[in-house]
Amino acid sequence: MSRPADNREQFRPRDHETDHFLLTTVVGSYPKPKWLNRVNDLADDEESKFTHEHLEEAHDDACRVITREHERAGLDTVVDGEMRRNEMVEFFAERIDGYEFNGPVKVWGHNYFDKPSVTEPVTYDEPWLVDEFEFTSNVAEKPVKVPITGPYTLANWAFNEAYDTEEELAYDLADLVNIEIERLVEAGAKYIQIDEPALATTPDDHAIVGACLDRIVENIDEDVRIGLHVCYGDYSRIYPEINDYPIDEFDVELCNDGYEQIDVFADPEFVPDLALGVVDVHTAEVESVEEIKANIRQGLRIVPPERLTVSPDCGVKLLPREVAYEKMQNMVTAAREIEAELDAGEIDLDEPVPLAD
Amino acid sequence: MTERVATTPGLFPLPDPAKQQLSDLKGHQKGDLISGSESEQIASSYETYRADVIDEQLAAGLDRIVEGQLRWDDMLAHPLAVHENVETGGIVRYYDNNNFYRDPQVTDELTFSGDVASELEAATEILEDRDADAGLQATLPGPYSLFDLATDEHYGDDAAFLDAIGDFLAGEVDAFPEHETLFLLEPSLVENPPADGEDARASEAIDTVAAATDADVVVHTYFGALEEKVYAHLMDADVSALGFDIVAGDRDQTLYNISEYGTKDSAALGISDGQNTLVESPETLDERVTWVDAKLPTQEFDRLYLSTNTEPFYLPVNKHEAKLSAIAEAADIETEEVTA
Repeated sequence: MSRPADNREQFRPRDHETDHFLLTTVVGSYPKPKWLNRVNDLADDEESKFTHEHLEEAHDDACRVITREHERAGLDTVVDGEMRRNEMVEFFAERIDGYEFNGPVKVWGHNYFDKPSVTEPVTYDEPWLVDEFEFTSNVAEKPVKVPITGPYTLANWAFNEAYDTEEELAYDLADLVNIEIERLVEAGAKYIQIDEPALATTPDDHAIVGACLDRIVENIDEDVRIGLHVCYGDYSRIYPEINDYPIDEFDVELCNDGYEQIDVFADPEFVPDLALGVVDVHTAEVESVEEIKANIRQGLRIVPPERLTVSPDCGVKLLPREVAYEKMQNMVTAAREIEAELDAGEIDLDEPVPLAD
Repeated sequence: MTERVATTPGLFPLPDPAKQQLSDLKGHQKGDLISGSESEQIASSYETYRADVIDEQLAAGLDRIVEGQLRWDDMLAHPLAVHENVETGGIVRYYDNNNFYRDPQVTDELTFSGDVASELEAATEILEDRDADAGLQATLPGPYSLFDLATDEHYGDDAAFLDAIGDFLAGEVDAFPEHETLFLLEPSLVENPPADGEDARASEAIDTVAAATDADVVVHTYFGALEEKVYAHLMDADVSALGFDIVAGDRDQTLYNISEYGTKDSAALGISDGQNTLVESPETLDERVTWVDAKLPTQEFDRLYLSTNTEPFYLPVNKHEAKLSAIAEAADIETEEVTA
C-alpha cells in the first residue's frame, strides 16, 4: 500500500505566499560547469599534478554553484545536480562491494557505458551518499532531495555473474539501499527519490520493483518522503500496479510526448502523490510560463493541488546550462501563478483540460 | 562422428581503442553514424580494426572467421541503414535490450547495395594474407528479422515488403566473395514471432536468400526458444542447419521442437552467453553440448556449430576474447578424446 503522503508540508517555505502549495523540485542531474569536465580529464591524466584532493575540492565547488543555482531558480527542494556522479549505475557500482568493471559496452552508435559485472554477493561497506548530502545540506537553505539509483536498475543494467536470478540480486541491492537511506535519514535527509528507469524497459517486472520498494522503506519513518522516478515507458503496463507501491510520490515524465499517456493514470484513482514532468528535457527550447501552466493543469486532472509536485521530465544534464536554468525558473513561476489562481478560485478543477496540440 | 565447428554469429564489440578513435572521427549523434559513404580516414580506421578482430579469431583457434561487422552501428539493421533508398529515422530499442538503433525507413526500391560484399572482400584479403586454414563466414540478418526491424514506406503491404527484403538479401549474397558458411541471424522469429501465413512466408524468404549461395547456410535463432508452429515452418527452409539458444529462455521448448519435428543434419548451438561477462570454461561448454546430445537420443548430427547464443557486441572486449578461446577449446574436446 502507498505510504500516507502527508509529509509534503515540511517542504512548504516559511514565507510561502499562497494557501495552495505545489511542491517544486528537480529529478537530479544538471549540466556540469565546463571547467568541471576539464578538471575530470585532468584527474584522469596520470602525468598531471592534479590530485584526488584537488578533484574533491572541484566537486565541492561545482555542487555549491549548482545548489545555489537551483535556489535562485526558486525551487522548494534542491539537489546538487549530481556533480560528483559520472553515470547513474557506475557511480553506485563503484561504491558497492561485489561489482567489478571490465570495460565499456555499446548502448547505441558510439555511445558507451561502463557496464559493471556483479561477480560476488553485493555488500554494504562505506556510505555512498552521506558525505555529499551533508555537504549540500550545509550549502543549501532549502531542503535537499537525494536521488538514488534503484536496486532494480542497478541489477538490470549490470552483468549478473553471481546470482541465480536478477530478482535475487535486486532484492539484495534493495536491502543495501535501505541501509543507505537509514544512514541518510540519520544525517537529516527528509526527501529520497528512487530512480528506476529500467522499469520502463522491462515493465513486466513491476512486481519485482514493488518487492524491492517494500525492502527499501522498511523501518523508514513516514515523515521521510519517498519518491519513485520512472521515465520513457509505456505506463499502461505498470498502472494501476504502482498504486500498491509503498511510496509517497510517483515521479513521471509525460511532457516529452505531449501528455498522450496522462489518461492512463485517471482510472482507477491515482493513489500516491503525482510528481509530474512539466518541461521537456530533450528539447533546448524553453517552454513559456503559459505553456508550463497548461502542463501543470494536466496533472490537476489526476490529483488535487495538495498532491501535485512539479518537476522537469527527467534529469536535465544534456541541456545547455542556461536553458536548464531558464526551464526551472519558468517552471517555478508557472507553479506560483497556478497556486495564486487556485487561491483566487480562478481555476475550476472540474473543467476539462484539452491536450496541447 | 559429429564434427564440432567453433564459430561466432559475428557483430563483435569494437576494440576499445576503436571506440574512442571512431567516436572522435564520427561524432556522437545519430546523423554521425555509418552511412556507407564514410571518409577515407574512417574507412582506414575500420580496416585496421577489422584486421585486429580477424587476427584475434585466428589466435583463438576458431574454425570459421567472421569479418566482425564493426561498421554495423545499427546492429542487424545495418544492411538497410546504409542503403540509398532507406532513410534512418529515430532511435528505437533493439529487442529487449538497453541498446538502440536507427529505424530504417524504406522509401524506395531495395536495389543492390554491395556494402556487405565489400566488407567480406576486405576480410578475404586479410585471410589470404595470413594464409589462414579457417574459412570465411558471412553474417547477415535473416529476412524476417530485417523485415521486423525496418519500417516500410514503399512496398505497401507486409507480404510484398518481406519478399522484397528476401530478394534484396539474396542479391547481396550473390555478390559475396567465396565463403564457407553463411549465418542468417533470426532473433525476431523468437522475439516477435510471425503470424499465421507470415511464418510460411518467412521460411520462403530464407529459401530465397539461401539459394543465392553454395555455402552452408545456418539460420540462427536466439533470445529464447521458437514457438512450435514457427519452428515447423522453419524446417521447410532448405538450409544446412538451424541454430538454437541453449543459454537463454526455454531449452525444453527447443528440445521439444527438435524431437517433434526433427532438425537438419547439422545444428548451431548457442552455448556461451553473449550477454553475460561470466566466462564459461571449455568443460562447461562441452557439458552443454553433451547435454543437448543426450536429450536427443534419436538425433545424429553431422556437424555442430558452437558459438555464443547472441551477437557478442553486448560484452566488454576482454570477456569476449576469453569466450572465443573457450568456445574454440570446447570444439576441440571431442576430437581430443577420440584421438587420445
